[in-house]
Amino acid sequence: MFLINCPFCGERDQSEFSSGGEAHIVRPKQPTELSDDDWAEYLFMRKNIKGIQFERWNHVHGCRKWFNVVRDTSNDKILSVYKMGEKPPVNYK
Amino acid sequence: MPNYRIHKTEYIDETKRVSFKYDGKTYFGYEGDTLASALLANGIHLVGRSFKYHRPRGIVSCGTEEPNAICQIGSKKDLTEPNVRATELELYEGLEASSQNCWPNVKFDIGGINNFISPLIPAGFYYKTFMWPKSFWKKVYEPLIRLSAGLGKSPTEPDPDIYDHKHVHYDVLVIGGGISGIIAAKMAAKNNLKTLLVDDKKILGGSTIYQNNENIKIDDKLSSEWLKNEIHEIKKLSNLTIKTRTSIAAYHGYNFLLAKENLTDHLPEEKKKNKIRQRLWKIRAKKVVIATGSIERPLVFNNNDRPGILLSNSINKYLDYYGVTCGENIILFTNNDSAYETSISLHKKGIKNLIVDLRKSASSELIKQAESLGIKIYFNHVVTNTFGYRKINSLEIMKLSEDGNTTVGDKIKLSCDCLGMSGGWTPMVHMHTQSGGKLDFRDEDQVFLPKENSEDQISVGSCNGDFDLENIIDKTVNKINKFLDIDNQDYQDTNIICSKENDKRNIWLLPNKIPLGKTKCFIDFQNDSTAKDIKLALKEGFRSIEHVKRYTTTGMATDQGKLSNMHALGIIADTAGVKMGTLGTTTFRPPFTPLTFGTLVGRNVGKFFEVVRKTSMHEWHVKNNAEFENVGQWKRPWYYPKNGENMHDAVQRESKAARDSAGILDASTLGKIDIQGTDASEFLNRVYTNAWSKLAIGKCRYGLMLNEDGMVYDDGVTTRISENHYLMTTTTGGAANVLSKLEDYLQTEWPELDVYLTSVTDHYSTASICGPNSKKILNKLFPNLDLSDENFPHMSFKEAKLENINCRIMRISFTGELSYEINIESKYGHSLWKMCIEAGNEFNLTPYGTETMHLLRAEKGFIIVGQDTDGTMTPSDLQMDWIVSKKKYDFIGKRSLYRSDTIRKDRKQLVGLLTDDPKEILEEGAQIVSDVKSKPIDMLGHVTSSYFSPNLNKSIALAVVRSGKTMKGQKLIIPMENKNINVTVSDTIFLDKENKRLNA
Ligand SMILES: [Zn+2]
Repeated sequence: MFLINCPFCGERDQSEFSSGGEAHIVRPKQPTELSDDDWAEYLFMRKNIKGIQFERWNHVHGCRKWFNVVRDTSNDKILSVYKMGEKPPVNYK
Repeated sequence: MPNYRIHKTEYIDETKRVSFKYDGKTYFGYEGDTLASALLANGIHLVGRSFKYHRPRGIVSCGTEEPNAICQIGSKKDLTEPNVRATELELYEGLEASSQNCWPNVKFDIGGINNFISPLIPAGFYYKTFMWPKSFWKKVYEPLIRLSAGLGKSPTEPDPDIYDHKHVHYDVLVIGGGISGIIAAKMAAKNNLKTLLVDDKKILGGSTIYQNNENIKIDDKLSSEWLKNEIHEIKKLSNLTIKTRTSIAAYHGYNFLLAKENLTDHLPEEKKKNKIRQRLWKIRAKKVVIATGSIERPLVFNNNDRPGILLSNSINKYLDYYGVTCGENIILFTNNDSAYETSISLHKKGIKNLIVDLRKSASSELIKQAESLGIKIYFNHVVTNTFGYRKINSLEIMKLSEDGNTTVGDKIKLSCDCLGMSGGWTPMVHMHTQSGGKLDFRDEDQVFLPKENSEDQISVGSCNGDFDLENIIDKTVNKINKFLDIDNQDYQDTNIICSKENDKRNIWLLPNKIPLGKTKCFIDFQNDSTAKDIKLALKEGFRSIEHVKRYTTTGMATDQGKLSNMHALGIIADTAGVKMGTLGTTTFRPPFTPLTFGTLVGRNVGKFFEVVRKTSMHEWHVKNNAEFENVGQWKRPWYYPKNGENMHDAVQRESKAARDSAGILDASTLGKIDIQGTDASEFLNRVYTNAWSKLAIGKCRYGLMLNEDGMVYDDGVTTRISENHYLMTTTTGGAANVLSKLEDYLQTEWPELDVYLTSVTDHYSTASICGPNSKKILNKLFPNLDLSDENFPHMSFKEAKLENINCRIMRISFTGELSYEINIESKYGHSLWKMCIEAGNEFNLTPYGTETMHLLRAEKGFIIVGQDTDGTMTPSDLQMDWIVSKKKYDFIGKRSLYRSDTIRKDRKQLVGLLTDDPKEILEEGAQIVSDVKSKPIDMLGHVTSSYFSPNLNKSIALAVVRSGKTMKGQKLIIPMENKNINVTVSDTIFLDKENKRLNA
């Protein structure tokens, strides 16, 4: 059970949150310009990293805010938490 | 009756005699006993039959590792509990226990026959034998295995006990109240850290608390006396919480742990009443100290499983803690020093004993003490066989060869009534590995140890492989100081004398002249697997430890192989000729010891099992005989049977009334999202497939919402209340997910939009009145409201007052009838409903439930998302191309609507079906084919909705069929179990295609 530090509410139990998959995948501004392959790339292709992963979480049973998390999937340690629209911390890659 | 209680101890209260029943017979013990110690005091060793061979088995240990003394407690249908270890169960007046694994009884056992045919039951026997024929499995094998396997009985009635959950936060959690745990807890608490110390036993102190050898001293006191003083001290510490009878069941990531506290299991029946039985602690700790100790290893030799053969240290505990001797003529068989403590203790109490030691020689102070007391020691000897059916009565020993691989010389036969084994110690690393920690292997004494201690978790004491007292205290103190970043000096000058040494001669499978195939060298007592089984598995090609474990079932019983895993690994390593450390170990999974469902569930039983949502009209529905349907968490009226009607008849009546005169539906459960902001229209444009910017204020529009993959996600009517204010409705089940999805887009993709979303589902109650007479009823309720088609047309919205209470009225229809939805603040919902019913009385206003609603909308071909769709249907698949805007540049899912897969012509598409026999009603979910002769039959689709329409007087159905759009008029077949039903593909709209009724 993670302890997640919601940037708006503070540390809360994982059961208050829902995971939203990989972060920093931006919805194309002009989807109609994309080929089937490019659209499929946006729609379906996600990384599944063992190691440091950037992902989205929603404080769904709390403030309802979405935010980003840097998590090491090999030991589940959350290394950083930052708001939507903020740049990912540079010291993880 | 024999009495093996030979001396008084401070832990047994001999003034409090306790009577209990075991296998139907009454015995006596004392307060402070466990069931196991009380049985041993009565001379009872035989407590069960082994799983596979049904060999007699006795008590082996005194703790959680016990493989044999597994009991069924109680006999009541609601309170009986299986898999309870007699070694952990505290005795109480009136306890009823029975041995679990011995149908029909422990002394005569039908499965004992297996013992004689055991050469026929090798490893993998169950897999190999019970493979075929298939029908035999269900009818013959399974009942037989269940009957003789002794898996215990579940209660058959609800558990009447009360359970509780508690959430706590601590700076430091210490697991285990032995000597190292107590030191750690004291150091933490004295340094202002909020500390919790848990121990599964009734009292703190671990195995040191009953230690009484004068060669093991701390500060010139017996180590037990010294520790008692420490315990006395820590009880005074204000920021230390001590929880005994509390065991950690699971250690999850982020130092989140579950502990089970036993509150009443040790109390007599009448004192248990109305009390919480067990409490599940959900613990978050900043730092965790694991001090779970170690357990003694058995030794693997021929017939090492007879009753009367115990772990050597357990014999010591039964003697010094419970005052009970396990025999009168005891032999101790060891490969290390610790059995000598037991021997000296026994000797001092006048119990005759001798020692068989695998080592060639040993010379610690402890051994010298034993020698000086005249205790006979056979060095360099091995036990090769034991005798006695229901209890051991003698054994044979032989000399070991120089390399320890064979025996030499003559057999020596020794008589005894009890044998203690000591194969050294296994650190309890379960907690460490459960938390994700890795292990290292220490070759010198063949133990797995916690590999690394992280910044928030540490192992101390013998669970960390520190076995001698000096090491335990010094290392614990140093490690805790570092771990907690403190500088505690309490133990600086502690003076420790320990005369035990650590050398041992480790041989996993002891040598024997008899060929292995003819021996019974047990490794896993509970699952009855032997050294022979492990070797066979290797011979048959199994290599991975996880595979060998499953094939031989070693370590897979309720004790999770606490005694067996190490030997299994050792024998695999020896046989395969690899180093043990390279094999890895099997995974230790929670729970550490079995947990009751009651503890896990806590208070969430019965009506607290799940949240139930009721509308404000609910009471009226109950009073008016409604049957309810669960929709998500909501209770929705399903139908309202009258005068003993069945469901079909009630639904036919309700459906007819709604079209002939008027019907009323409680639509309060539909999701409602209040949308406000200057960009609200633009937002709706982006989330729905159709255009929204031109929707006038006061108008309503139906919308279809897609996923980004183009599949229909939800639908509903949205009303423009004012310039920048909309009210969206969603499906009942989809409400929460829709809000979540909309928030996702707003916050992450379109943060520039000025839009605010609020769920108002619970804030408004909704009564939906439909039918040709609905306008007349509305007129009675709202006499001042102009209901003319000009002023209040279909798909529009008005505000009106009902006795000074504001209502929002939408003229929208899900039935195809003229229809109004009246929304009112929820607190007035019940009154609104009653006023509608009263006003509608003269028009036969008929309340209808979800079933009639489904029927009425199916007549009109309206879809239900989740019933006619399943996440693979596009708007086009649903024949709803009309709702997809061609002009809009983008909306969620638009790009996916012309992916190569979504424009396939042979997708499954929504169609209507009419049965050739109009009375025949199709089954929802039934498969649809065109040809039943060619094999395999080609499946074209399935029925999604099916009803008998009283308004059309025929059966109607909706279905998804491959290329269905092009099949109108085509004949298809629905093959059922006993017959084939012929159907014709039709339009999806069965009634009033021209929508005349909307303006009736
Ligand atoms: Zn939050």
